[in-house]
Amino acid sequence: MEHYHMNLTLKVWRQKNSKEQGKLETYQVKGISSEMSFLEMFDVLNEQLIVDGKEPIAFDHDCREGICGMCSMYINGQAHGPWQQNTTCQLHMRAFKDGDTITVEPWRSKAFPVLKDLVVNRSAFDRIIQAGGFISVNTGNAVDANAIAIDKKDADDAFMAAACIGCGACVATCKNGSAMLFVGAKVSQLALLPQGGPERESRVLNMVAQMDKEGFGNCTNTYACEAECPKGISVSNIARLNSEYLKAGLTTETK
Amino acid sequence: MALDAKIPHGEMDKKWTDYKGHVKLVNPANKRKLEVIVVGTGLAGASAAASLGELGYKVKAFCFQDSPRRAHSIAAQGGINAAKNYQNDGDSVFRLFYDTVKGGDYRAREANVHRLAEVSTSIIDQCVAQGVPFAREYGGLLSNRSFGGTQVQRTFYAAGQTGQQLLLGAYSALERQVALGNVKMYTRHEMLDVVKIDDKARGIIARDLVSGELESHFGHAVLLCSGGYGNVFYLSTNAMGSNVTAAWKAHKKGAFFGNPCFTQIHPTCIPVSGDHQSKLTLMSESLRNDGRIWVPLKKEESRNPKDIPENERDYYLERRYPAFGNLVPRDVASRAAKERCDEGYGVGTTKMAVYLDYKDAIVRYGKIEAGKAGNDNLSHEEIVALGKKVVEEKYGNLFEMYQKITGENPYETPMRIYPAVHYTMGGLWVDYELQTTVKGLYALGEANFSDHGANRLGASALMQGLADGYFVIPYTLGNYLADEIHTNSISTDHSAFAEAQKAVSDRLNTLINIKGKQTVESFHKRLGKIIWDKCGMARSEKGLKQAIEEVRALKKEFWSDVRIPGEINSFNLELDKAGRVADLIELGELMCLDALDRNESCGGHFREESQTEDGEAKRDDENYAYVAAWENKGDSSWELHKEALSFDIVKPTQRSYK
Repeated sequence: MEHYHMNLTLKVWRQKNSKEQGKLETYQVKGISSEMSFLEMFDVLNEQLIVDGKEPIAFDHDCREGICGMCSMYINGQAHGPWQQNTTCQLHMRAFKDGDTITVEPWRSKAFPVLKDLVVNRSAFDRIIQAGGFISVNTGNAVDANAIAIDKKDADDAFMAAACIGCGACVATCKNGSAMLFVGAKVSQLALLPQGGPERESRVLNMVAQMDKEGFGNCTNTYACEAECPKGISVSNIARLNSEYLKAGLTTETK
Repeated sequence: MALDAKIPHGEMDKKWTDYKGHVKLVNPANKRKLEVIVVGTGLAGASAAASLGELGYKVKAFCFQDSPRRAHSIAAQGGINAAKNYQNDGDSVFRLFYDTVKGGDYRAREANVHRLAEVSTSIIDQCVAQGVPFAREYGGLLSNRSFGGTQVQRTFYAAGQTGQQLLLGAYSALERQVALGNVKMYTRHEMLDVVKIDDKARGIIARDLVSGELESHFGHAVLLCSGGYGNVFYLSTNAMGSNVTAAWKAHKKGAFFGNPCFTQIHPTCIPVSGDHQSKLTLMSESLRNDGRIWVPLKKEESRNPKDIPENERDYYLERRYPAFGNLVPRDVASRAAKERCDEGYGVGTTKMAVYLDYKDAIVRYGKIEAGKAGNDNLSHEEIVALGKKVVEEKYGNLFEMYQKITGENPYETPMRIYPAVHYTMGGLWVDYELQTTVKGLYALGEANFSDHGANRLGASALMQGLADGYFVIPYTLGNYLADEIHTNSISTDHSAFAEAQKAVSDRLNTLINIKGKQTVESFHKRLGKIIWDKCGMARSEKGLKQAIEEVRALKKEFWSDVRIPGEINSFNLELDKAGRVADLIELGELMCLDALDRNESCGGHFREESQTEDGEAKRDDENYAYVAAWENKGDSSWELHKEALSFDIVKPTQRSYK
């Protein structure tokens, strides 16, 4: 790959804490290598801010290899930036060119309040999982792993759904702030597997109820979530969620 | 203080069964009154917190990330070992035990390793029951693959995301217990001290990383599941937040640190591209199953690797180790890569890389596919196209990751790889029950030292984390807590909590008021360079002595010139990082001290003074068959205690993979 260096203008959302108003501030960064990751470019900027006696920009990140789901920047109007099926930490600076202006905002959703700068609170996702995103099996309960044969296609589909990293890009992208892709992925994973059978109905009802309680919006089938999902989670999971929800609603006595 | 590993008597394969048969139990009514603190929510922490919650204990779990699902176990790619022998290829509990002791270069405790191999099979059962979508064959049964350092197929996997799927399984079990009220979860909290009362661990001081406020939490026992310390090298495959702080605070409060110099350098990582680099990315070891590693035969080779003919390539692992070839253990593969690069055969712009080539595998798989379809008239291009599909199914996500980082297509051009720090076998010294030298303080998973000796085999970290959390601690903790049923919960108004909290607060104040000129990151980078250069893949007496001096000087400079912006009582990522780097600096000194003491080569620890004529690591069982357990005696001062290792079953031999 051809390497090059660039000077950039960054417009970054700064917000002291959840209570105060935030605003976009402009920064110049110079000599950025095309081989850097997007977050390494932020490291450079932060080091410069500290040396200049200013406060660095707070952002969430951890594994920096696209799997932990912690990084969460809204870059030039796209969750995780311009590359498809990619997290912010995997975005590399060769996606940009010298002289570009890049606008970076936090996830924006009622259910994800900003804590500071680009950091938001995504604990609503944990509470949705608590509502039913599990199979009730205590340690030691299990039978031999090969006692149940599972159709390879079902196992593969379950895996594809389980690949969700819980980053919240789907919510941030959705004009309604809907969490249907996140919930659909978990409901699908467990509905596709025989182990998930016994709790299939209560799971979907409880998870959806919690999702509504957290203030996530409704799905209006724009499929923006799928387009921006860094793991390519399919909207067919939303269809399965709807079908599971409908069936459970019709057949479950207590609601 | 004499170290007692509390290994049960009796035959090796009966020890754990006997232990479980005689261990003290806590009745359900008493469990409700007993409080347990779990620090860290990776595989070890999440599985422990969930299992203890299920048993009825009152659990508080802490993680510094915004959700327990983010812990760095999530990034493990390749797989998890278990002695299921589903492939009928001769595997057994004994074989897994044997391979692990041998792979660890005879520096692990046999009894612990045997227990690990025994419970490995239950882990797979448990995970499948939780809905972990492991890879399956068309018949619907579980698939296995082989991994470095073994000759059987015992590795279970979920594409290249096994750690993610296992962690999400443990996380779901944990969240279920949160919903049931058995576990209280504290996210964005960092443990900053262990509180001891009457010589027993009775709680922790934690900092709420959003408000910046300090909190005291009581527990009848404290479990540290806080992972490894690979970030002492600055560049590693660890997550940015991975740190030694919890373990280090415990160490300063009396927990001995075991074998700190035993660190694992993983052979297949994406090479460093420049000074800006903040972390390194691992390419799963499973890639060595099908990929072939080579360098050009000629120094200063400038041709495109695709244009270098077969007879001008040096497949150096296959050449040096014909029996294991590209599947030699990690330490052996890493050193061999370093040797070629040091000799001037390295590739890429930095010349610090070797090729990992899928050309042959693609053709091989393509031919199999063509054969399956009964089609033997295909062109080379058609065969390659078929082969690429198979490789994509097996390793697609890894290839994609490589392409994203480097901008190169690994289906067309060989990948460039180089070793990077990946795992730390060292950690808090624990006995058979996973208890540290502080009563009531336990260490699980990568945070302890116990099962991997001087080198960990691939797909064994996930196994150990889950073994400790699901199947070991639920038994061994009861043995301690059974005697604690008369201890009522201690109020956090107790003077021990107040004193500990004040000490933590003072340290934070000192740090933030240094108001120097240099950033935390710049100190971390300098520490990493010292440790990587002098306590990395090759170590020598001279280098280590220099490193100790350099680390001490760095520590002094850090405490007089670090600049931390912002305030204490606020969301302050620089302050969080400063505390962690300060602890890593202290650990760095101990690592070098330990490496200096161990004047032998074993596993990942290679002392230049101790090698065979052909450059292989030379162990010294007569003088070094011990666990080095270091007791902290204050600033830059340690006392070495030795736990002698005896090998009753797996007799030490010079490891050979030739």
